[in-house]
Amino acid sequence: MKEERDYIQDIAEIRSMMERSSKFLSLSGWAGAMAGIYALAGGYVAYNMLDFNPDTIYYSSPNLSAVIAVAVLVMVLAIGTAIFLSYRKANKRDETAWNAASRMLLVNMAVPLIAGGILILILLSKGLVGLVPPLTLLFYGLALYMGSKFTYDDLKFLGLIQMGLGLLSAGLIAYSLFFWGIGFGVVHIVYGIYMHLRYER
Amino acid sequence: MKLSIDDLHKAFESRVRLGIMSALAVNDSLDFTSLKEFLDVTDGNLATHIKKLEEEGFIEVQKSFIDNKPNTSYSMTTEGQKAFEDHLKALESIINSQK
Repeated sequence: MKEERDYIQDIAEIRSMMERSSKFLSLSGWAGAMAGIYALAGGYVAYNMLDFNPDTIYYSSPNLSAVIAVAVLVMVLAIGTAIFLSYRKANKRDETAWNAASRMLLVNMAVPLIAGGILILILLSKGLVGLVPPLTLLFYGLALYMGSKFTYDDLKFLGLIQMGLGLLSAGLIAYSLFFWGIGFGVVHIVYGIYMHLRYER
Repeated sequence: MKLSIDDLHKAFESRVRLGIMSALAVNDSLDFTSLKEFLDVTDGNLATHIKKLEEEGFIEVQKSFIDNKPNTSYSMTTEGQKAFEDHLKALESIINSQK
């Protein structure tokens, strides 16, 4: 007959398996903070060097393609850092980064991101440049909200904050670049540091 | 209600089987490779335990083809869910009674 500590061990095993198999817990807090720093740098370049600051929904800028290039660069750097740091964290925890849980996380985040991305491209082609900062925030928030089911619950609040900032900046287009910097920059940095202190120390 | 050791299902005595059931309890379905990664066991070992759970009627198998390669995924049956829940309840009451 089994001892009591065997049963406790059984329960610990069940808990750990349920969590590991349904949630991707190798998401790195530092990656969030780094993404925030890239976003602030990108926002600075767009505002100060490329003179990009949409104040109305129809906004035209001679440097639009350069601004888009900066935005894509920021995104690639942020995703690259997230993959690299999560991969390293998974290795440290003796897990594989590419597992059923991380696949579910990616698929669920990709759906709103791709839908939003296509909508934003359509709006850009029609000159509705002023809607781009609010909509990137809004769809990114939706993606985080969807993804939170497959990783840390805290991601849900990050998603709600991003959606709130997106809606706010849709009403105040003249400040949309400012809200964009707050959302993708400041909020990411605060969130990244919070996650690091809470789960990675 | 008094629960005893007898209420623990024999099928869940093995850690691997317990692990398979736990993973399937929170995922709609999982393929062989994913289960193997989560449990960190060999192919043969996992296959044996899966077979046993399948015979009990606790899990079911879906075979399909992805890019012409056979892909097997597993999910929990209603019966399996019930057995797993009962097992958890029994574990809980044993631990509570010994405190």
